[in-house]
Amino acid sequence: MNTMNTTATRDVAVEEQEQKTQPVEDPRPEQAELEEGKTVGVPYVDDPKFRLRDVEVFYGESRAIKKISLDIAKNEVIAFIGPSGCGKSTFLRCLNRMNDSIDICSVKGSLELDGDDIYNSKRDVVELRARVGMVFQKPNPFPKSIYDNVAYGPRIHGLANRKSDLDEIVENSLRKAGLWDEVKDRLDATATGMSGGQQQRLCIARAIAVSPEVVLMDEPCSALDPIATAKVEELIAELSESYTIVIVTHSMQQAARVSHRTAYFHLGHLVEVNDTNKVFTSPEHEMTESYITGRFG
Amino acid sequence: MPTKKDDVYGDHTSHAFNDELMELKAQFLKMGGMVETQLGESIQALIDGDGHLADEIRANDKKVDQMEVELDEEATLIIARRQPAARDLRLIVSVIKMVSDLERVGDEAKKIAKLAIQLSEEGQAPRGYVEVRHIGTHVLTMLHDALDAFARLDSEQALRVKKEDKRVDEEYQAAARTLLTFMMEDTRNISRCMNVMWVLRSLERVGDHACNIAENVIFMEKGEDIRHASMEDAEKVVGG
Repeated sequence: MNTMNTTATRDVAVEEQEQKTQPVEDPRPEQAELEEGKTVGVPYVDDPKFRLRDVEVFYGESRAIKKISLDIAKNEVIAFIGPSGCGKSTFLRCLNRMNDSIDICSVKGSLELDGDDIYNSKRDVVELRARVGMVFQKPNPFPKSIYDNVAYGPRIHGLANRKSDLDEIVENSLRKAGLWDEVKDRLDATATGMSGGQQQRLCIARAIAVSPEVVLMDEPCSALDPIATAKVEELIAELSESYTIVIVTHSMQQAARVSHRTAYFHLGHLVEVNDTNKVFTSPEHEMTESYITGRFG
Repeated sequence: MPTKKDDVYGDHTSHAFNDELMELKAQFLKMGGMVETQLGESIQALIDGDGHLADEIRANDKKVDQMEVELDEEATLIIARRQPAARDLRLIVSVIKMVSDLERVGDEAKKIAKLAIQLSEEGQAPRGYVEVRHIGTHVLTMLHDALDAFARLDSEQALRVKKEDKRVDEEYQAAARTLLTFMMEDTRNISRCMNVMWVLRSLERVGDHACNIAENVIFMEKGEDIRHASMEDAEKVVGG
């Protein structure tokens, strides 16, 4: 009765099948061609906070961003991922014109925040950056007291007329950043004496002290230990109730944990934007798959 | 020359990760082969009335159980070490589920072996063995094809296995009716026929497990969960 094949015969069967199988096209990313301006997934949303169309960024002659179009929704956490040099940080810095400080950098295309052109020559960049705050990779507190770090923005933007108003803004910002209980008794202490994780949360408190609408984060946890990282991620989830958050990260697990949508960049192209759950379980684009599964990058 | 199968799981930057996934696949197929043998031999033991073979099968079930534990452990370690995503993640999640299906097929083989011993001790003329042989061959083929579909990551073959499951169900119903007739003809047949009925029930369950494995193969390749989808939708997933 026992006429069925077992393991040994299956191996032979598989080998035979493999011999018959034509070698498939090499799917490795360097072989794949990317079509300019073509993004798979869900790049557009209704009523976006940012509407970005055909964005190109040049560093001198070199084109770092190649016709990227993307919407960023209100109160969304969107993660930008991709290998080093793919343009994700460059693209992020377009959103509050941080690239303006680089002389050879020029930006083309349509970039709108709430329907208004970000790159309009009449736009007040300081006001833009108050609306679109930024947190950097390395915590960069001013060499001032904890209090003054948070109070700096509200002071220069004239958000508080009285000391009591300023105190309130500082306390609220530190509370939102999950730092209040740790520093409330030493607000006059110098910020540079804090731990790395505390410094980064202070920078987040400083960014939100001016009541921005958007917070851009450029690898905010790459210099932090796992506990501090967890605190910042917790904070991102809470902040997303009030703010739109765009985060660039090299940690795929972080993107998977904190974001609603994930955008995959490669060599200046936006390859795929999709629901984060989809990206990490069954991405649409072969290159996204290769990157997140550790096949290159 | 890269084949489709190697490309899919074998080209990580980390060679150690490649090796871990390949080993997981190899061990799963080894367990599949063991379970196939167990099932084939349990049917053989029943038809031949071979109590000695049936005893061996019951003893070997422990090895199948041990492999289930080892494969689960390895899959858990890969998740902890590598945080796999996309197709790697789908492979590991599917293996964890399919291992459980294989272990249950092993249990069904053990049950059949136990019934083979009982039936051989009763020593009456065989009734319903034609049906057992027929359905047994059918579900063994399904199991074999499902494991082949896994080895080759072949969704089309997996879909064919899924389609076969309905036929097995129909064959089981027909066989149950036949046995019922035997029982009605002579009530002395009841105890014996009931034992054969349990065997058929076990075989029908094996068909379900083979079907589960096939559905997991489709999930692994296509990223779509078709477990509760209609056959038309499943065809679209595989065809599209």
